[in-house]
Amino acid sequence: MVDRLLGRGGRHPEASLGTEQPEDPKAAVWARVQLARNLKRPHTLELVAAMADEFVELHGDRLFGEDEAVVAGLARIDGRRVVVIGQQKGAETEENIRRNFGMPHPEGYRKATRLMELAERFRLPVVSFVDVPGANPGPESEERGIAESIARSIGLMSRLRTPILAVITGEGGSGGALAIAVADVVIALENAVYSVISPEGCAAILWRTPDQASTAALAMKMTAQDQLALGVVDVVVPEPGAGAHTDAAETARRLKVAIVAELDRLGRLPLDELIDQRYQRYRGLGAFTVVTSAPVAAPERPGLVDRLRDLLEAGLQGLGGPPAGAGRGQDDMPDPPARDEV
Amino acid sequence: MPIKLPSFRGRRDAYPPDLWTKCPSCGEMLFNKQLDKVDRVCPSCGHHFRLSARSRLGLLLDRDSFQERDEGLQSLDPLGFVDQKSYPDRVAAAQLATGMRDAAVWGIGTIEARRVAIAVMDFAFMGGSMGSVVGEKVTRAAEAALDERIPLIVVSASGGARMQEGTLALMQLAKTVAALERLRAEGVPYISVLTDPTTGGVFASFAVLGDVNLAEPNALIGFAGARVSAGTISTELPEGFQRSEFLFRHGFVDRVVHRSDLRAEVSTLLGFLVPIGFDETPGEGTLVPGFRPLSFLTSLAERVSADLSGDGDGRGRTANGRPSAQGALEGNGRPKPPGQPIPASNPEPADPQPAEPQPSTTPAGSERERG
Ligand SMILES: [Zn+2]
Repeated sequence: MVDRLLGRGGRHPEASLGTEQPEDPKAAVWARVQLARNLKRPHTLELVAAMADEFVELHGDRLFGEDEAVVAGLARIDGRRVVVIGQQKGAETEENIRRNFGMPHPEGYRKATRLMELAERFRLPVVSFVDVPGANPGPESEERGIAESIARSIGLMSRLRTPILAVITGEGGSGGALAIAVADVVIALENAVYSVISPEGCAAILWRTPDQASTAALAMKMTAQDQLALGVVDVVVPEPGAGAHTDAAETARRLKVAIVAELDRLGRLPLDELIDQRYQRYRGLGAFTVVTSAPVAAPERPGLVDRLRDLLEAGLQGLGGPPAGAGRGQDDMPDPPARDEV
Repeated sequence: MPIKLPSFRGRRDAYPPDLWTKCPSCGEMLFNKQLDKVDRVCPSCGHHFRLSARSRLGLLLDRDSFQERDEGLQSLDPLGFVDQKSYPDRVAAAQLATGMRDAAVWGIGTIEARRVAIAVMDFAFMGGSMGSVVGEKVTRAAEAALDERIPLIVVSASGGARMQEGTLALMQLAKTVAALERLRAEGVPYISVLTDPTTGGVFASFAVLGDVNLAEPNALIGFAGARVSAGTISTELPEGFQRSEFLFRHGFVDRVVHRSDLRAEVSTLLGFLVPIGFDETPGEGTLVPGFRPLSFLTSLAERVSADLSGDGDGRGRTANGRPSAQGALEGNGRPKPPGQPIPASNPEPADPQPAEPQPSTTPAGSERERG
């Protein structure tokens, strides 16, 4: 299946959208999710090493510590000086433990923002490499403000006065990915995925079983091609052979071509224009309409709102909080609360 | 234009008499009508029940001051998302159940005569989840605050991003935060009020970024679902994990505020955090001299009548046995916040210096798109 999917060797994978329908779209999407998570897939440091003439890694957030799930530093790519930031998964178990499977703690994102500010000061473009299952969800992350570190990073990127390129190389896992992916141009590798929640998490909430992960993956339209169609991703770079893991050097070469082209294009824009375009890029994302009809119907039964609210309250506590005093179950919930995991 | 959805007001008087709520904290059986009169705070233990967006607006704003904006925004179905139900069906069901079009409302109102842009979320609508409409409304509220140089208030109650809109929901984090950055750069204050629950992508975007973060007591506030935290990392969770007081202890919330004090606290903060460039010319601005006889008398009358009649429509609360606002006067006749939760502000607002040219994070002359 995977071979058939990827064996087309297309230079323009997006062009094949809709023209080549796999027999089982669910299996096809799931195959891509597996490719995006493939342990042998080239990760940030490997890609940077392959495409940069020079790279100096810098460490620490200056506030708490050093987070090896995020790598950052100064690189020269085809003669162009840039600041590189990326999540870093390990190639084997030992490294993965050290790097927390690429799941950053707050200090990882704060190291990233420190380097972004450095980039702005020295007028260096930022190239970020996104490959993250999600930010680290543990108690120590919450204690040190994982949400705050992500929100601050998003905010900084939205106004940083230097060009920003984001490259989704593998897993684009929710807020932990977006935290370093607010950019002027978002590039994705062909088999990268990008989603608001992991397919397992989505399935657990909406289908009430993680077994439906592939169903959820399909429903969320998380492939690079789908993200291109939605406007969340701007450029899809085809992977060689049966996927990036089969030829890391060629993958890096193709990415480098795309990165250099975008850096040169963005570098010609006046900064004010660049920042405004970046704002408008995100300002325009969303799908809504304006209806002029009378407001939606009132609840038919008086008190229904409060019944629902109380049911939801009990349900949420069943989900995440302490045991609810009222013994109502999660199954009473008409709509499970959408919780993006990480 | 005035808020629609009169049903919210009407239903109060039409509760089925048998509708009781059991307090999840102390187990007390509470009559809903009574509970509403005390702004849904358990009289015996102080547990804060969730509030609808309408009740929240009534609690925070001067009576009849709210003018809803963009009430017609309705979500589309960009992914054609179907789980056990289709996304449009879920939206329709939530609309029918709540009388709201989506999980947030925004508009312009006043708090003790100060004009504010305010967005309020409602957990009853699909878990308060943030899709394109919620993101757009919060963004438009921020943009209006910037245009008018008035404070922004966002009251969050949300499980996070709305899965049914996929990454477009995720992108609302960037959209809203980018708009907040513009406020920040230009000295327009933003007060974030975090209520139960504020989790996931809403917490990790606009909710955590207030110039001042206020949280209601014991609200669930966190990034990851407790299930994730507990399951993924099999360690014991710290005491009070992801509750307001936990966030306070770790430095991410400025103040944990009882609901009966919330309006007064916000009002006091607004007395300090005056937008740079806000027009305070007497007779034109809504702020100076801070005392508007009519609105003051109105609010005093409301408070007194609320206390006498128990009209629980947002003012004159006696939740948890606390004294309600009596509208005591300061020297210049400004209504005094009840209980003085924060040292009283100087009645004269901060120096109205025009904005200094900021390092131009906002390109001059750029048009903010209004959709
Ligand atoms: Zn109680």
